[in-house]
Amino acid sequence: MITKRIIPCLDVKNGRVVKGINFKGLNDVSSPVELAKYYSENGADELVFYDITASAEGRALFTDILCEVASTIFIPLTVGGGINSVADFDRVLNCGADKVSVNSGAIRNPDLVYEAAKLYGDQCVVLSADVKRVDGEFRIFAKGGREDTGMEAIEWIRRCVNNGAGEVVVNSIDTDGVKGGFDLEMLDAVCNAVSVPVIASGGAGCAQDFVTLFKTLPKVDAGLAASIFHFGEVYIPELKELLKKENISVRLV
Amino acid sequence: MTAIIDYGVGNLFSLKSSLAAVGAEAVVSGDEKVIRSADRIILPGVGAFEDAMKKLVSSGLADVVKDEAASGKPLLGICLGMQMLFDKSYEYGEHKGLGLISGEVVPIEKVIPAGLKIPQIGWNALIMKKSDPLFRYIREGDFVYFVHSYYAAGCEDSVIATTEYGAELTAAVSKGNVSGCQFHPEKSGNVGLNILRAFLEGQVSV
Repeated sequence: MITKRIIPCLDVKNGRVVKGINFKGLNDVSSPVELAKYYSENGADELVFYDITASAEGRALFTDILCEVASTIFIPLTVGGGINSVADFDRVLNCGADKVSVNSGAIRNPDLVYEAAKLYGDQCVVLSADVKRVDGEFRIFAKGGREDTGMEAIEWIRRCVNNGAGEVVVNSIDTDGVKGGFDLEMLDAVCNAVSVPVIASGGAGCAQDFVTLFKTLPKVDAGLAASIFHFGEVYIPELKELLKKENISVRLV
Repeated sequence: MTAIIDYGVGNLFSLKSSLAAVGAEAVVSGDEKVIRSADRIILPGVGAFEDAMKKLVSSGLADVVKDEAASGKPLLGICLGMQMLFDKSYEYGEHKGLGLISGEVVPIEKVIPAGLKIPQIGWNALIMKKSDPLFRYIREGDFVYFVHSYYAAGCEDSVIATTEYGAELTAAVSKGNVSGCQFHPEKSGNVGLNILRAFLEGQVSV
């Protein structure tokens, strides 16, 4: 049976991973290549690289690093951050990304998902949605969660999937950073609206949160997190042993 | 030297890097001479069957692949490249394939229960059906990475491994010097690298 995926997300700024602090046996935890290798050898099913640089130099550095990561590790790589056009898709795909995640770029230009899916296939286009509750409804936020677009989230996600988004990352702003568990209510609403894989993000504070996620919402395909993995609070091989014990299908390496 | 056929479909960066990682000398090429002079050929592919077949035929490379396969050169098809080895596909109509392995490519929707997501995206376990040199380093239950909405059917004689996704789906096939993987060995960690390694070690009968 297909397994639930565990996905660490690495934020890269000016060629370095931000937030990575606590790794046994790694001298340079801010090296994207070292960290990617570490995760790929320690049970990560996929990696997400998020480019949080704003400058052109930073962006060029990011693509160089991506090439290096992609020629070193052989699990699926998703890249996001600063994807505003088909040319941006080209840039990261040529460096070895397998999937490209779009967020604000799709909000600014809703045709981007359709155009990219037609060129590279649905499987290549990941919609990343930052969602927050406002006035009793789920709203889509742009610009890293800072700007309320006023758009209802479920309808937006459904529209992007119809346009060719092959997977959806749902990042709950309400639970992000709280470490009290994933936003099950929000994820349930998304899972009921679309039939493509849904990746849960935002809120994981411990290994048990992943068990609750997959037990409560069997339709969720993957769990994504950053700091709990980077800070060594959750060790992926142990997390997977726990999931297996709970009869959740996972890939053990 | 191993030739990765470039016919304008898909991103070949990972495949080239993964071959380099197992020590292979590989070249990405759409040049008939280069492909004919290679010891081994890999036929990659993502996207739609009809479009990919059209590109392979119009570039003249479909005949090159068929000739080289007939001459006994090891050929490995990956994902859509594997599906193209068969007689035909029913992806949006009915389209002719290379006909190197008998069987046809049909939607997984037809055989899996409703409610399972299509495409199948993610890591799934291999179920061994037949021993084959391509899988000499692979054990029952090893995980590989799949992304597909169609699968090869009616090819029982050639199936070397399957995977379970609501139904048993063809994961890998082999017939003489021609073999194929529905999953992506170049994205399947060490398990995938070991499959590529085995392909590179396979006997070349010229």
